[in-house]
Amino acid sequence: MEQHHDHRSGETTHGSSYGQFVLIWLGLLALTGITVALAGIDLGRWLIVTALVIASIKTTLVLNIFMHLKFEDRMFRIFVFVAVLTLTIFFVLTFFDYAFH
Amino acid sequence: MSTQASAAVAEEHAHRDDVGSKIGIWLFLFTELILFGGMFIVYAVYRFAHPAEFHLAAIELDTFVGTVNTIILLTSSLTVALSIRAIQDGRTSLSLLLVGLTQVLAAAFLVNKYFEWSHKFSLGIYPRSPEMLNRPSGEILYFGLYFTMTGLHALHVIIGMAILGFMMVSIARGTINRTSHVRLEAGGLYWHLVDIIWIFLFPLFYLLH
Repeated sequence: MEQHHDHRSGETTHGSSYGQFVLIWLGLLALTGITVALAGIDLGRWLIVTALVIASIKTTLVLNIFMHLKFEDRMFRIFVFVAVLTLTIFFVLTFFDYAFH
Repeated sequence: MSTQASAAVAEEHAHRDDVGSKIGIWLFLFTELILFGGMFIVYAVYRFAHPAEFHLAAIELDTFVGTVNTIILLTSSLTVALSIRAIQDGRTSLSLLLVGLTQVLAAAFLVNKYFEWSHKFSLGIYPRSPEMLNRPSGEILYFGLYFTMTGLHALHVIIGMAILGFMMVSIARGTINRTSHVRLEAGGLYWHLVDIIWIFLFPLFYLLH
């Protein structure tokens, strides 16, 4: 990872190089290929599980590298964690309610 | 550091809070997460209630078009990330070119979407069409969610194109530059969010076979 010193504020901003961005993009394309290939196989109920796991891996790559989260202040990662946790709670509570109706 | 750069630094330092700007855009992205998240909950409940009908309806979607659009959006995420890298390195023309490329990819995504929806309409598949109303409720729900969620996503792509258009003007005018680029970063964050939403829409609607 390259480091860029921001002279204006004296902060250090980190970021990925051009090549690293291209590598992440290739990884995202490969994961897309895998998820499409898996959909062609009869995995039954595991299809949705594998699809969501792969989508989550892709999202983590986009968040950390493209959206720069890996290099941001820890506060931003806590923010994102709380937001995703909130949505997860919505899902869990909805299904608790739905399953026992 | 050159004296010219120090002057620019002194001038810009007083009224800028890049971290504050980023907190702002992230908070906005969380509202988007909850907006789409609510729809994904509706999807999950109805899919749980009508698994077989969701399965049958999904076969009617064109996986190839969906895959091409996924590749297009992932590539547009790359170009916008690279445009920020380029502006940080002071490569203004390259940055402008990369944002322009992102625009072209966004337009290609929408053109695909247009043909995809037109084809569905020609088959009589659209909300409350006579063809749809004859189908079981699970399929009606599936296509209702398909049009609503991919439609709202496409609206976000259109808004993203407008935002990126403003970014291009600002880069060309030099108001987004090597030392001041938080606006481009904010635009990029919005664009990546639109990509992430598609990352989930794609398998949930196109890969149910």
